Amino acid sequence: MTVTSNTRARVTLPTDDQILITREFEAPTHLVFKAYTTPELVRRWWHANRGEMTLCEIDLRVGGQWRYVMSACSGPEVGFHGVYREIVPGERIVSTEVYEGAPDAEAIDTVTFTATGERTTLTILVQHASRENRDAHINSGMELGLQDALDLLEQTANSLR
Amino acid sequence: MIDGMARAATTTDAFNAVAEPRRREILDALAGGERPVNDLVSMLGLPQPQVSKHLRVLREVGVVDVRDHGRQRLYRLNGPALKPIHDWVSNYERLWSERFDELDLVLEDLKRKEQGDDGDE
Repeated sequence: MTVTSNTRARVTLPTDDQILITREFEAPTHLVFKAYTTPELVRRWWHANRGEMTLCEIDLRVGGQWRYVMSACSGPEVGFHGVYREIVPGERIVSTEVYEGAPDAEAIDTVTFTATGERTTLTILVQHASRENRDAHINSGMELGLQDALDLLEQTANSLR
Repeated sequence: MIDGMARAATTTDAFNAVAEPRRREILDALAGGERPVNDLVSMLGLPQPQVSKHLRVLREVGVVDVRDHGRQRLYRLNGPALKPIHDWVSNYERLWSERFDELDLVLEDLKRKEQGDDGDE
């Protein structure tokens, strides 16, 4: 298999109610932090080529709010918002996160920026209140939901008996 | 016909089976090929009873198969059983991979600007 220059994001589920996203970048922490917290810059990457960011507000102070809205190529507008709880410039951001399609499922996001030489490891730990909320978060906007996946898994497992 | 309640219980266990970090390590080890339990014990550095317990759970949900080979029992990964769960997480992983690929471009720009400030030629 050919290895491309693109590093993949790694997503793991450390516990039943968490999601952990990890990725290394070829840039120093202060730049990754800047790109992560400056609205004009966030607008350039957060869309993941799946639409256009129609709103990006970042009030980067404890108690300040953030709100991202994306108009997806397929489907309706989706919005996310939250409040900053802790900010250590260049190192760490803790905030709440609410997907506006499921306003009761508030998560706590802890974002860390760790320097390794000239590189930066970015981690995003999403802590949900329950496994149901966590699973719904991962399911959102995907063709195959977890329940579908589990049904397929069970069918496969049963076919082996 | 599908029996709804029994189904829900089994599937929940199936996902738990795969979500446990040690069991993930076992699956990773078996991804390299069929192995007896002793190999797994030395690869993972876990006591054998613990490895056997994890293997039992993995077999119950169908992601690991076992066969007798002489005096040994050989364990192997049943890849197709894992695929749906893998796909479920990897769709989400793909979203973030694509997002971060775009972030790479922004960072390249920022680095170039910073270097430019130090005196461009």
